Amino acid sequence: MEIVIHIVTVLVVLFVVLNIAAGLIWVERRLLALWQDRYGPNRVGPLGLMQVAADTIKLFFKEDWVPPFADKGVFILAPAIVMLTVLMSFTVLPFAPGMQITDLNIGLLFVLAMSSLGVYSVVLGGWSSDNKYSLLGGLRAAAQMLGYEVFMGLALMGVVLMAGSFSLRAIVDAQSKMWFIVPQFVGFVLFLIAGAAEMRRLPFDIPEAESELVAGFHSEYSGMKFGMFFVGEYVGVVLISALISILFLGGWHGPLLPPIVWFLIKMFAFIAFFILLRAGLPRPRFDQLMSWGWKIMLPLALANLLVTGAIVLAVK
Amino acid sequence: MFSIIRTLWNVLLHSFQPRVTIQYPEEKPYLAPRYRGRIILSRDPDGGERCVACYLCAVACPVDCIALQATEDPTGRRYAEFFRINFSRCIFCGLCEEACPTYAIQLTPDFEICEYDRQKLVYEKEDLTISGPGKYPGYNFWRVAGVKIGGKDKGQAEREEPPAEIHSLLP
Repeated sequence: MEIVIHIVTVLVVLFVVLNIAAGLIWVERRLLALWQDRYGPNRVGPLGLMQVAADTIKLFFKEDWVPPFADKGVFILAPAIVMLTVLMSFTVLPFAPGMQITDLNIGLLFVLAMSSLGVYSVVLGGWSSDNKYSLLGGLRAAAQMLGYEVFMGLALMGVVLMAGSFSLRAIVDAQSKMWFIVPQFVGFVLFLIAGAAEMRRLPFDIPEAESELVAGFHSEYSGMKFGMFFVGEYVGVVLISALISILFLGGWHGPLLPPIVWFLIKMFAFIAFFILLRAGLPRPRFDQLMSWGWKIMLPLALANLLVTGAIVLAVK
Repeated sequence: MFSIIRTLWNVLLHSFQPRVTIQYPEEKPYLAPRYRGRIILSRDPDGGERCVACYLCAVACPVDCIALQATEDPTGRRYAEFFRINFSRCIFCGLCEEACPTYAIQLTPDFEICEYDRQKLVYEKEDLTISGPGKYPGYNFWRVAGVKIGGKDKGQAEREEPPAEIHSLLP
């Protein structure tokens, strides 16, 4: 009986997450359009909602082309990695009390590890395409992830110190009185920036900068392989938004409404914020991005960690 | 840093601004009267064809999409035997309208001339000719031209003096 419940939970989470990610394509296009004084897709179905279905059908029927010069095995494997790693991260997220696939005691580390592994998809995809633009995109992705992964992890250590646990459930429970966004505001801002960079969202989409690199690491991808990169990116947005609301905004905590509703409200607010970032900000230059990461963000994260550690020690 | 936040705030404020998109098939955009769309051939106020088949439009056309053949009726009035515009080549530059000495060929604000069959974009004279005078209501070329046609001799046009008597020696 136990195992059936587990399997059902896994399937429900998978279903909901993938559907949210697919729906995000529509949400993003409509929101971008709203902020650019346009309408966005509004012809297919009510409010253009069927646009996603139409696009998916189109992607399935596209020619799934593997370039003859590509390294076939790696080329096919790369898009699967991004989907796999991002979806794996969802196994440890607590959505509401009792609504969690598994409560690892190193949950946060697991998420960080999975998002680091996701880099392989971009790097290998860029490398195996045997195309100089793809390779450049892959290189940039590797450098960017290296720079931003470090302070992303360090920015979260303040939260871990305060909650005294790596388990995401314990972190949410520790926020029942006060959300960590108040004492850990620096960590919150740093994680927000690092999250956007981690998911290669627009202000940080340097690996696929279309004005310089065609489409970066996925220049050579078509059909559903491209679709998997795409879905991976959107699931990544969902993941980072969910993580932010769990780590800094108290997850499901909130008055009146049921816990899952609070969680979804917070998550969608951050999804909208990431789309707003895309609508509002230009892409920085690559060297600017790297120097910000190493020279500003990393020292800030370290200072935040030191101060938090000192205060936690003093209070104890 | 502050400019980034201000940018994001300003973008967010655009949620409350009207959208500039015109929902085309339901909502038509305003087109200026001089918009260069589908080409027509206009008529005199009297109802006669204005085109005198001078070929100037065909010469001016940079993509050679106008084809016509001049002919004359028994009274000496020139007109086009056939007049053909291939709209699949036309670039709607309006040079034909500028070249036309009789205001016959005119561009209209109608742009909805799509067809599934390319051949249907070749418009013949019957498709092009409209019943009215278009943008120049009062103008009649034959009434002001000093050319002799049926019912109007030399010197009988508007503001035209009688022809000079070239065989006379008198001043």
